[in-house]
Amino acid sequence: MSDLKVSKISNGTVIDHISPGKGLVVMSLLGLDGSSKRTTSLLMNVESSKMERKDILKVEDRKLKEEEVMSVSVLAPEATVNIIDNQSVVEKKLVELPEKIEGVLECPNPHCVTNTDEPLDVSFEIIDKKPVMLKCGYCERKFTTQELDI
Amino acid sequence: MKKNLISINDLERSDIESFLSTASEVEKLTKRKASDILPGCILSTLFLEPSTRTRLSFEAAMQRLGGTTINLASEVSSVQKGENITDTGKVVAGYTDICVVRSPYEGTARMLTEKTKVPIINGGDGANQHPTQTLLDLFTIKKEFGSIDGLKIGMMGDLKYGRTVHSLAEALDNYSVEIRLISPDETKMPEHIVKEVGVEEETNKMKIKDLDVLYTTRIQKERFPDKQEYERVKDVFVLDEERVKEMKKDAILMHPLPRIDEIKPEVDKLPQARYFEQAKNGVPARMGIILELLGVEVNV
Repeated sequence: MSDLKVSKISNGTVIDHISPGKGLVVMSLLGLDGSSKRTTSLLMNVESSKMERKDILKVEDRKLKEEEVMSVSVLAPEATVNIIDNQSVVEKKLVELPEKIEGVLECPNPHCVTNTDEPLDVSFEIIDKKPVMLKCGYCERKFTTQELDI
Repeated sequence: MKKNLISINDLERSDIESFLSTASEVEKLTKRKASDILPGCILSTLFLEPSTRTRLSFEAAMQRLGGTTINLASEVSSVQKGENITDTGKVVAGYTDICVVRSPYEGTARMLTEKTKVPIINGGDGANQHPTQTLLDLFTIKKEFGSIDGLKIGMMGDLKYGRTVHSLAEALDNYSVEIRLISPDETKMPEHIVKEVGVEEETNKMKIKDLDVLYTTRIQKERFPDKQEYERVKDVFVLDEERVKEMKKDAILMHPLPRIDEIKPEVDKLPQARYFEQAKNGVPARMGIILELLGVEVNV
């Protein structure tokens, strides 16, 4: 593998082995739009011995919560999530598709009650893993990851 | 844990059978006996869009059981004043023992199951579900034939957008039936439902002679992008006396109503016509649903 183009981070999260080209949608999914003031680095199409090419996302000073790791799995099921503390990897998580994802994704159905002013979180049931297919827990509509509004 | 009725997809065959058998038991009671079952109980209807049959048959069902009803009229409701459905639902359901909800927003009834303490019944949520219609459809079929298994059931008309036929097909997946889908190519049933429920045959010809049950729905003009196309197909699926007479003598013809012109009035007098009976069955079917959800047994 060639030299790293972005240096190691001291604290935060590194999401590795994202399928090439999917890094931007993972960023969007995690709400990394620059407003948080955290330093975020995205490397695209990095050479990889395991998967030829991959994207890597480094978010400084933010440790992904369990539900966020799960949501990453919908878009990048092969990714690995490394939690960094004091320049060391303190936790390495292989993302795994959960049975349910709550409070992270939005339902693309404009008629779904979750898209009104009601106080509730969207929950999706994963009904198929290959290809990933999700079912909204409220309107019951089924979506592929491409159809999700992210 | 409180019981709710939100989607036909939440039910297994044993749940469906339980609703149907309670409906059947309660139908055998005299009016006086039935009215002794739920005195003092109140059912609320929280309808955020218009309804005739669903609301009235729920009101009739609760009153036949000796209970009373209170209704929230959408046009004067607090929702119009800007209150969200959650708050309105909590208040209305809180006044009563059981609540029926109809909303244009898909998932509203399910949301209210999480926010309220009484059983919630989905009286229709947008294009998603209308489970009480499906249960009354199944009740009608079972009442007629004694059993649903083994029947040859045709669904005809707008199979693409009609939620009643989607739910009915999904419910019938719990039974050993033969399903034939009859529709113009433009209003075919969505592929994912066809795959899910195991359909025997799809056709754009009116092949109805050998069916036990023909469930027909209206082909809606507004669904067709090309109005000439609509004109061409609309008459292909109209049922008149001649066509219905070709059906088996003991077959039944069902329709969720309102019908516009897809079944000619001359068909009403034929032995196969069962759509008004079907609508009437909405009352015992909904009495059964109320009792099941409240956990009240019927003692004949």
